[in-house]
Amino acid sequence: MKNTRWMLAAVLTVLTAFAGIVSTQPGLVAKAADGPASAQIKIDNFTFGPTNLTVASGTTVTWINNDDVPHTVVSDDKVFRSKALDTDDKFSYTFTKPGTYNYFCSVHPKMTAKIVVK
Amino acid sequence: MSDYIKENLNKDGIDRRGFLKCMAWVGTGTLCVLKGGVLKSYALSDVMQHKVGDFKGDLSFVQISDSHIGFNKAANPDVTATLREAIAKVNALATPPAFVLHTGDLTHLSKPSEFDTLAESLKSLKTERIFYVPGEHDVLEDNGGMFRERFGKDSMGDGWHSFDRNGIHFIGLVNVMNLKPGGLGTLGNDQLEWIKKDVSGLKSSTPIVVYAHIPLWAVYPEWGWGTDDSEQALSYMKRFGSVTVLNGHIHQTMQKVEGNVTFHTACSTAFPQPQPGQADSPGPMKVPDDKLRQVLGITDVNFVRGNQSLAIVDSTLA
Repeated sequence: MKNTRWMLAAVLTVLTAFAGIVSTQPGLVAKAADGPASAQIKIDNFTFGPTNLTVASGTTVTWINNDDVPHTVVSDDKVFRSKALDTDDKFSYTFTKPGTYNYFCSVHPKMTAKIVVK
Repeated sequence: MSDYIKENLNKDGIDRRGFLKCMAWVGTGTLCVLKGGVLKSYALSDVMQHKVGDFKGDLSFVQISDSHIGFNKAANPDVTATLREAIAKVNALATPPAFVLHTGDLTHLSKPSEFDTLAESLKSLKTERIFYVPGEHDVLEDNGGMFRERFGKDSMGDGWHSFDRNGIHFIGLVNVMNLKPGGLGTLGNDQLEWIKKDVSGLKSSTPIVVYAHIPLWAVYPEWGWGTDDSEQALSYMKRFGSVTVLNGHIHQTMQKVEGNVTFHTACSTAFPQPQPGQADSPGPMKVPDDKLRQVLGITDVNFVRGNQSLAIVDSTLA
């Protein structure tokens, strides 16, 4: 089992490095040749990180809540809306339309952030 | 020990001494005494040091807040136990409260089992009735439907309500619904209209007690500790001689007097939160295990007619 995990970790590291190379802009996650692109946003200390993220169309963004309190991920235009995410809970959304998506936590509305889809 | 603020360096209405005192209150409550329209608060842990007569009034009630049933992280792995201790503290008061106000965040995640545990625990409170307003943690599912069905049957709109007792007018408000991106707590136009009508027929000499979850004054907007349209709500109460505002949400006691209005926030029965700006975020704060009960508490309020003031007593579980 341990070996398998190591292998997986190694493959992931290579993939991540590859994604880094093909990125043409800072923060832009390029579509990998062998599958759809993905990006992760961490919720830490009542903050979405990164607060501003640019992704390619087709990217699946996954939010993970690392706080001791529940948060939500809700787009200002109601395009996407997560349930309340408890500690370690995740929410994913695949962006297929280019545009700017402002979103916030509906429980703590001071928490705002943005995703730009190119 | 004095409850007055000696040094208000950050203009936030709390000094180090006051904060440390509050931190001695987690798991407790606050005793509020209304005397001649002014609400005085004492930590429940301090009540023992006073004479009974200090608090005796025409009406006594208790505020408890932020029970967060379902929370199980390091800041307090057993919030049901500390709630039970808070209940025991209330039941041990010399003057049983006529009623209890719970100012929201009954639960942590709005789960049916959490609401059940809260309701079951509070059955042992020795009081006639408990009035509830929701916190943002109580309306995570179903737009608050589950909360209103269980705890807001006689209420209007999102759960707001009012009642009269011993010549005092009590108003329970909801400021945790339909929050806007970048904003603070919100009452909304429907509720504001209702407040205006609700107080319109009252004599200006009527003492008013308003309770809601998120503070109705700007405690620390950077952390969302305030309500966007609270000023409009309070503008309808300018003509009254005594307005007392009781809130929760910030898990620490603070008091501020502005004109005819006394603002007061209660401790949590579950876990403390940091002083405004004194941490990276307002999340649960871990204190040493043997200090936890010194920062949880309840609030007891007493009203004395003729004297026209409310005395608020905060007390800790320790």
